[in-house]
Amino acid sequence: MLEIRNLAVKLADEDKQIINGLSLTVKNGEVAAIMGPNGSGKSTLSYVVSGKEDYEVTGGDILIDGESVLEMDATERANNGLFLAFQYPIEIPGVATMTFLKAALNAQARARGEKELQTPEFMKRVREAAKKLGIDQDMLKRPLNVGFSGGEKKRMEILQMALLQPKLAILDETDSGLDIDALRIVADGVNALRAPDRAILVITHYQRLLDYIKPDTVHVMARGRIVKTGGPELALELEKHGYRDFVGEAA
Amino acid sequence: MGELKQVRTDAEAALIAAWDRAPAQADWRKAAFARFAMAGLPHRRIESWHYTDLRGLLRTALPTRAPDSAAVEGARARLAALRIGAATRLVVLDGAFRPDLSDMDALPEGVAVQSLAAALVADDIVSLLAPKGLGDDDSIVALNAAMMQDGVVVRIAPGAVVERNIALVTLMSGGAPHAAFVRSLVDVGAGARARIVEIADSPVAEIQSHDALVLRVGEGAELEHVAHVGYEGAGAMQLHSLLATLQRDATFNSFCLVADGGLVRRQIFAHLDGERATLGLRGLSLLRGREHADTTLVVDHALPYGVSREFYRHILDGEATGVYQGQVCVRQHAQKTDGAMKSQALVLAEGAAMYNKPELEIFADDVVCGHGATVGQLDEDQIFYLQARGLPRAEAEALLLEAFANEAIDFVTDETLRDIFAQEAREWLARRVAERRP
Amino acid sequence: MAAVKETVDRVKAIDVDAYKYGFVTEIESEKAPKGLNEDIVRFISGKKNEPEWMTQWRLDAYRRWLTMREPKWARVDYPPIDFQDLYYYSAPKSAPGPKSLDEVDPELLRTYEKLGIPLREQEILAGVQTSKVAVDAVFDSVSVATTFKEELARAGVIFCPISEAIHAHPELVRRYLGSVVPVTDNFYATLNSAVFSDGSFVYIPPGVRCPMELSTYFRINERNTGQFERTLIIADKGSYVSYLEGCTAPQRDENQLHAAVVELIALDDAEIKYSTVQNWYPGDSEGRGGIYNFVTKRGDCRGPRSKISWTQVETGSAITWKYPSCILRGDESRGEFYSIAISNGRQQVDSGTKMIHLGRNTTSRIISKGISAGRSNNTYRGLVSAHRKATNARNFTNCDSLLIGHDCGAHTVPYIESKNATAVFEHEATTSKISEDQLFYCVQRGLSEEEATALIVNGFVRDVLQQLPMEFAVEAQKLIAISLEGSVG
Repeated sequence: MLEIRNLAVKLADEDKQIINGLSLTVKNGEVAAIMGPNGSGKSTLSYVVSGKEDYEVTGGDILIDGESVLEMDATERANNGLFLAFQYPIEIPGVATMTFLKAALNAQARARGEKELQTPEFMKRVREAAKKLGIDQDMLKRPLNVGFSGGEKKRMEILQMALLQPKLAILDETDSGLDIDALRIVADGVNALRAPDRAILVITHYQRLLDYIKPDTVHVMARGRIVKTGGPELALELEKHGYRDFVGEAA
Repeated sequence: MGELKQVRTDAEAALIAAWDRAPAQADWRKAAFARFAMAGLPHRRIESWHYTDLRGLLRTALPTRAPDSAAVEGARARLAALRIGAATRLVVLDGAFRPDLSDMDALPEGVAVQSLAAALVADDIVSLLAPKGLGDDDSIVALNAAMMQDGVVVRIAPGAVVERNIALVTLMSGGAPHAAFVRSLVDVGAGARARIVEIADSPVAEIQSHDALVLRVGEGAELEHVAHVGYEGAGAMQLHSLLATLQRDATFNSFCLVADGGLVRRQIFAHLDGERATLGLRGLSLLRGREHADTTLVVDHALPYGVSREFYRHILDGEATGVYQGQVCVRQHAQKTDGAMKSQALVLAEGAAMYNKPELEIFADDVVCGHGATVGQLDEDQIFYLQARGLPRAEAEALLLEAFANEAIDFVTDETLRDIFAQEAREWLARRVAERRP
Repeated sequence: MAAVKETVDRVKAIDVDAYKYGFVTEIESEKAPKGLNEDIVRFISGKKNEPEWMTQWRLDAYRRWLTMREPKWARVDYPPIDFQDLYYYSAPKSAPGPKSLDEVDPELLRTYEKLGIPLREQEILAGVQTSKVAVDAVFDSVSVATTFKEELARAGVIFCPISEAIHAHPELVRRYLGSVVPVTDNFYATLNSAVFSDGSFVYIPPGVRCPMELSTYFRINERNTGQFERTLIIADKGSYVSYLEGCTAPQRDENQLHAAVVELIALDDAEIKYSTVQNWYPGDSEGRGGIYNFVTKRGDCRGPRSKISWTQVETGSAITWKYPSCILRGDESRGEFYSIAISNGRQQVDSGTKMIHLGRNTTSRIISKGISAGRSNNTYRGLVSAHRKATNARNFTNCDSLLIGHDCGAHTVPYIESKNATAVFEHEATTSKISEDQLFYCVQRGLSEEEATALIVNGFVRDVLQQLPMEFAVEAQKLIAISLEGSVG
């Protein structure tokens, strides 16, 4: 599904290397976690994979289903089944959430040569998905993410993921800013999307989220590369000993 | 060193010649013309016209013209096609009020309508028509006062609640280049409530429309004003002055859409002349090509507890020029004034320019006043977010632009009008996307 | 909090009309005859033994000036100035360019002591942990002493009166004088070009970080004297300098004219930080007397990645007409303007800045805090403009005004001009009075209303005070309180 080969990334308008020779594979049906200290390049990785233009790939490759995505813009990657749940979902004043959801679903349907959803069917799907995530109808009428609480924004990300049914989902610090109840709702939403033909990459600083979304694989990222890979037990180990050892190792 | 004598431009000379040819005029018209003749057309050295150098922009002053029967028929057709929703229409064609084109037999209760020409003969409404302290030193307001041909006088009886929209439709016929000078008055009695819709419309033609609308909102009255300013086509010019007086506890909200129109100057002089008056001035300007639109406000808080809100947005494409000047003046007695002004512009094309001048002039200490002004482009983070959800870039931009426009249009409380304006904005944006497609 | 306490004490100690620096120094002066004509211009030039090119430069300016008119667009109101009724040159008689401090008239030194200027090096060195400041003192029209000259010379820094620079470094003066503020720029700048008598000259060589703060103190002493100083600062490639300017004038009934020109040039990667504390005599509470301050200050970020930062604390003068500006010519250059302008009594302030974005990726930042009290009028007037080629120009402006009392005015007149589709400008402004809630809170804790006001005002201007070098910040804080004296009803 996702294969990153020896990736090197710098900021587009600065000579600052952020990712250095990172390699990573996430298979279909797998839930992988990337853990790492602040500043290790985790968020950059999620942006680069989804095609943000502030970065420049100076080496290596990113493949989805065996096909390099480096030449694709963010739109094409999204239409290829990539979904990023943003750490800080963007507020878009003036665009009602419902309008936005419809625009996104239709754009993806069009790109795949599928028929656009009829409004009643669309409404039905949104309502069902929203209900599961405890999102009320009022929120759907408000401008996207504007004035939403931290928890509401994260739930809105998961709602979009549920509607768009991506092949590969990257969750960037989805647990940040969530209280324990909201965390459970979000985790349940993610777990419901676990499927044999879907890969999920969970990026997190804390082990806490992984109590709710059990990963198959855990990678430790430091200084712009993966420094250790293991099973779920690795997360617990990190929780106990912190990142100190790995920060040293990578240097 | 005295002031240097300015050389008359062709346009100024033509205006003076037209005046000299006119039959004997009332003294107040003479005084107004003298003010214009002294100042001439405003130019960039006149602070409030700095960004709209009319002296340079107005090459010639076109003659006025009475419509022939073909023009009247053309006007009927345009009226039939006009999108303004349900309304009582009062129509001015080529500078003259036309009862024959207006809904005179369907006037709502409490609404009296008269032509300006008739009102001027019948009683002394000069002080109402040219309120002191509103645009006194503006030579375009003076020119309009001197030259006004006709217009509509609408009186809304005290306490009347007018449910049906009253539409002031200013039509200019096409054909040979011509000009018109129109001044209308809406006098809203104490405690009355009404909505005025003001629309300028013409076929694509070379026209010069000099318009003034005088509004008096009586004690405790509520008036909403929804306007569409600007005639289509690069050869069109509209100079529009709105002179509004708000009495005690009055509420006046105005929204103006400027779309199309070669050269538009829209100036609002608003005087909060009673305690606890509430004023809202909002607008959206969509400009492209070489269009030039200038919105200039002078808001004068004279008495305490006044509230004013100004909210203007511009979208600029092509080589268009947008100007926003908002001056809020709070006089010494206007304690507890609450004023907030916002101007936001999106500049989409390399050749476009935006000039912003939000201005506060404050002489009272117990006030809360502020303004914000931004000029920029669409937010890249928002575009990326939409792209990451699968929207192509052009579509993401269009969605954000439409949202930007709609947030301004949302101030229109009448749903039908709001939809019409939103539709117009959508069409404007769609044309932009279509033109950019390779 | 010590500084605040001191401020409060100071407020208590001062009478309503007291102007701290309102003393006259009794020394003989040498003056040019009253009035202005070509002979006076030649006289000034001759007094300084100027080379012919300089005399011609002045005469050209004078002839140009004759064709110009006083600008009227500012919100200031004053009776017409009779430019023929002024002295254009006044020099302390005993001080035609002293060689060392010992030669300086002791009376003059006492004047500067009263002003609190660390003129004597030993005083500074003996001072309690204050950093070193090199001072060039301008008394009426003449520069009387420059300290720390030798230490600066070792670093290659030139810091001397401009009259001296014209002789010692003519190539630098000729290249840069008038290159930022052209002779024809505006009425007052042109007048200054014709008659300027002295001022400071600074040149920082490539790669040098000036080892100490440089400072000028201006003082107008002589009656009916116009002061026309001229400052020229050049920061060569990769250099840095911080320059402080302070101004005072004794209490006089007549209005005294001050029309200075300051030109800053920052070459590639250079940085100039220019700070001013201006407390010229503001006139009495009825508006009699006081300085007319018509100043042209402009910096040119000529090289890529250069930076110019203006910080000003304006508390004095009857009339202030001043717009320290930045021309952001070099790519990635940056301009900053931090201002506190306080007006009380009948003072009129019309001040602000211009940020002219010409180069690519240029940024600017404007923070202006205006405080109006008494019967004064305080106007912020500023221009931010992005020209066609100024790709990615960025500006942030914040202008806040505070009103104390109901007879004053606070005005904000920003001009924001964007001719570039990639420019992003943000402007915000607020006007309000001191919060009743804050005042009550302080008063409830035992402060007098006056103390509370001083405290809150100091909080209001904090963002700007932080930009000042430490010694100046303390001084500025005191001045703010003194300026607001008598403003609380």
